[in-house]
Amino acid sequence: MTRIGVVLFPGSNCEQDAVEAVTGLGGDADLLWHGEESLGDADAVIVPGGFAHGDYLRPGAIARFSPIMGAVARFAADGGPVVGICNGFQVLTEAGLLPGALQKNAGLKFLCTTVGLRVETTTTVLTSEARAGQILQIPINHFEGSYTCSPETLRQLHEEDRVVLRYVDNPNGSIDDIAGVCNEGRNVVGLMPHPERACHPLLGSTDGQPLLRSLLAATSPRTLSR
Amino acid sequence: MATFSVLVEVKLRPGIADPQGSTIERSLPHLGFDGIAGVKVGKAIRFTCEAADEAACRAEVDDMAHRFLTNPVIEDYDLTVHEVGA
Repeated sequence: MTRIGVVLFPGSNCEQDAVEAVTGLGGDADLLWHGEESLGDADAVIVPGGFAHGDYLRPGAIARFSPIMGAVARFAADGGPVVGICNGFQVLTEAGLLPGALQKNAGLKFLCTTVGLRVETTTTVLTSEARAGQILQIPINHFEGSYTCSPETLRQLHEEDRVVLRYVDNPNGSIDDIAGVCNEGRNVVGLMPHPERACHPLLGSTDGQPLLRSLLAATSPRTLSR
Repeated sequence: MATFSVLVEVKLRPGIADPQGSTIERSLPHLGFDGIAGVKVGKAIRFTCEAADEAACRAEVDDMAHRFLTNPVIEDYDLTVHEVGA
């Protein structure tokens, strides 16, 4: 059975949602304490949402120095699937595993709502089981979710087809409506919306399932070509 | 060794949206403060640093600013350093 390691920082608060969603889809999930230096036998990693280390200084600024992040970086460099959700996305950008940064929302409001997301590419560990152009209804829950990057980085993301998800109706001022991006190897994906909160009819949407199913499928053959 | 008082002023890089700054700027005329422009919001981080001399202190603080105190993708900083009496 596929084992997903869910990183737990002090201040994470979506780790159980991620565990529930993964197990609901037939996977196995273990929490990985941030002070560990190994991922154990995880086949893939989720860096979940929350407020790691209180979001002090900047979201992710302190979490990126947690001992487990060295193991996450090595795993990612070897092609291992890594997904950062919300605060996890912020952690991965601070760690330099994904380009750009997440800034305060344009309207300076904490946003807690469900938004439409368009799948822009299916050649990533998070979208292989989705359809290009598919619109997914997924919740967002963030204050610092406005994606920003340099014009050069944006050009590179376009040229390499690395914008994974876009907002249908941009809620937070993200540059180019970007809700999620991937790394060059397409095995590290970060997104602000919460697919793990849209995996059961009781939660109002099951549109997160194709995304997390993709992650479970990505754990076996680590080959993703464009 | 000497002790230096350090102020790191963290600011958003040019071209990065500053929603706090623009909100403050839009609010000021409503309070009767006219003619205000270019409001920017940043962070001030203060501490003392033991170092051999000012150059060593600045080098140490530059290193920590690049690696930790700022996110160079969106932030820049100004550094003020002065020696404090024993």
